[in-house]
Amino acid sequence: MSESSEWKKISKSKEERPKIQVYKNWKELPPIPISLPIEGNIGITGDWRTFRPLILAGCNKCGICWMYCPEGVIKQREDGSFIIDYTYCKGCGICAKECPTKNIEMIRESEAKDE
Amino acid sequence: MSKVKDIIQNKETIIIKGNVAAAYAAKSARVQMISAYPITPQTTVVEKLSEFVDGGLMPGTQYIRVESEHSVMASVIGASIAGTRTFTATSGQGLFYMNEMIHWAAGTRLPIVTAIASRGAAPPWNIWADFTDVINSRDTGWMSAFCATHQEIYDEILMSYKVCEDHEVLLPKFVAYGGFILSHTSKPVIIEDQDLVDQYLPPLPDEKGWPHIFIDPDRPMMHGNLIMPSGFYSEFRLKIQDTIMKAKEKIKKATKEFERLFGRNYGNGLIKEYYMDDADVGIVIYGDLALQMEQAIEDLREEGYKVGMVKLRYYRPFPTEDIIEIAKKVDVLGVMDRGTAFGSPTGGPVSGDVLASLYNTGIKTKVLPMMSGIGGREVSLEQQKDQIKILIRLKETGELPDDLIHGTLWHGKLEVK
Repeated sequence: MSESSEWKKISKSKEERPKIQVYKNWKELPPIPISLPIEGNIGITGDWRTFRPLILAGCNKCGICWMYCPEGVIKQREDGSFIIDYTYCKGCGICAKECPTKNIEMIRESEAKDE
Repeated sequence: MSKVKDIIQNKETIIIKGNVAAAYAAKSARVQMISAYPITPQTTVVEKLSEFVDGGLMPGTQYIRVESEHSVMASVIGASIAGTRTFTATSGQGLFYMNEMIHWAAGTRLPIVTAIASRGAAPPWNIWADFTDVINSRDTGWMSAFCATHQEIYDEILMSYKVCEDHEVLLPKFVAYGGFILSHTSKPVIIEDQDLVDQYLPPLPDEKGWPHIFIDPDRPMMHGNLIMPSGFYSEFRLKIQDTIMKAKEKIKKATKEFERLFGRNYGNGLIKEYYMDDADVGIVIYGDLALQMEQAIEDLREEGYKVGMVKLRYYRPFPTEDIIEIAKKVDVLGVMDRGTAFGSPTGGPVSGDVLASLYNTGIKTKVLPMMSGIGGREVSLEQQKDQIKILIRLKETGELPDDLIHGTLWHGKLEVK
């Protein structure tokens, strides 16, 4: 099946298994391609973005955007406010759509000021 | 799954249809999940299994009803990924409809066993014995085997789990048998003792699932993502080819162990020879046609002809090495197909593979591609004897029959006067 036992580590718990799998050739590969969930697994997806979500000053920190974000790129700061990781945010706009107080605005990337 | 009391099946011989034998095999193998959509001539497999599940005879087995064959395979794939022993059955158009998911099952390396009550491809509608349906799934990475008897359907499904679930194999498999000829006729079939079947088969997967894929929140993983051409895509395809070829040894081992435990012989697993040792004319034949051909061979032996036959049991992996050895024994080898491969060198799927196997081996044996029984056309014992006599004539005179069509003998064509 595989000449290397390296791939068997994928069956271990999240903490025990390696972040990255290394295989040199076809004989060492596992039976099927498996990717383990690590940050940025599919690349810098922020590059795909056409519209950028901006959290406005009126945010009441309800956390609904955090709950709906399909990519898990909205994070909570210590003071309870939210920040969007633009390295991976694809700009889908679900957070803006779901925000009950309309405090997330989608603006064109070309019009956004880089912080 | 809740704990339910076990059902003890004792060894008994019952008179059942081929489809019912397939259902009994799934029961004996303690499959944990079944999904199937009825299609003639497979329908009674589904009916019997739902009867078993509903009647509490398959404790712990989930039966999932879906709306199409495509969803059948999708749900079976899901259940198999979750780490269960799965079973389904289909035929003809149903298998064609399933085709996309067939590739997913093999690419995910899931040990799914699927019974196929083979029927001809439409149009025109045809529901009778013809292996074109299972042969259509030839290049998917699934293993495939043909059955010649009712007992073989039951036995082959049990052996399939043994081979497919081997951690060195992990591939799905079709078990094909002729629609109506085997699926709807009744014969005595030995249903084996449950303890003995449990002893033969690997244990059911535990909650950790298969070694290569599982659904577990503590061990999250993703499968089925995109691989760029520069990635390992080609290498993963190579692994399937490497595995299915290496599975030949596992098949031989599983067949030998089956014979030791249950006492029924299926040759070396890949092929079964019949009167081949001193034969100078032989025929490669598969499925239900092989059963009656045994009688034809015996009759011609009585007439003094040194003839033999080879029952092809596995189509994928193809028993190339065995076919080479068989060809060395005889001067003329016929290959009888009940299934079509349009535009291929011979028009028949197996005859093309036999010719390809012998290329570059220096073997001088004459190979005659033959066709009969397409779309369930009846092939009589007399016709089968005639087919062998054509091969004998070829050996004695060196003359090919004058009615070959693109190099192949289509035997038993209708002629209206």
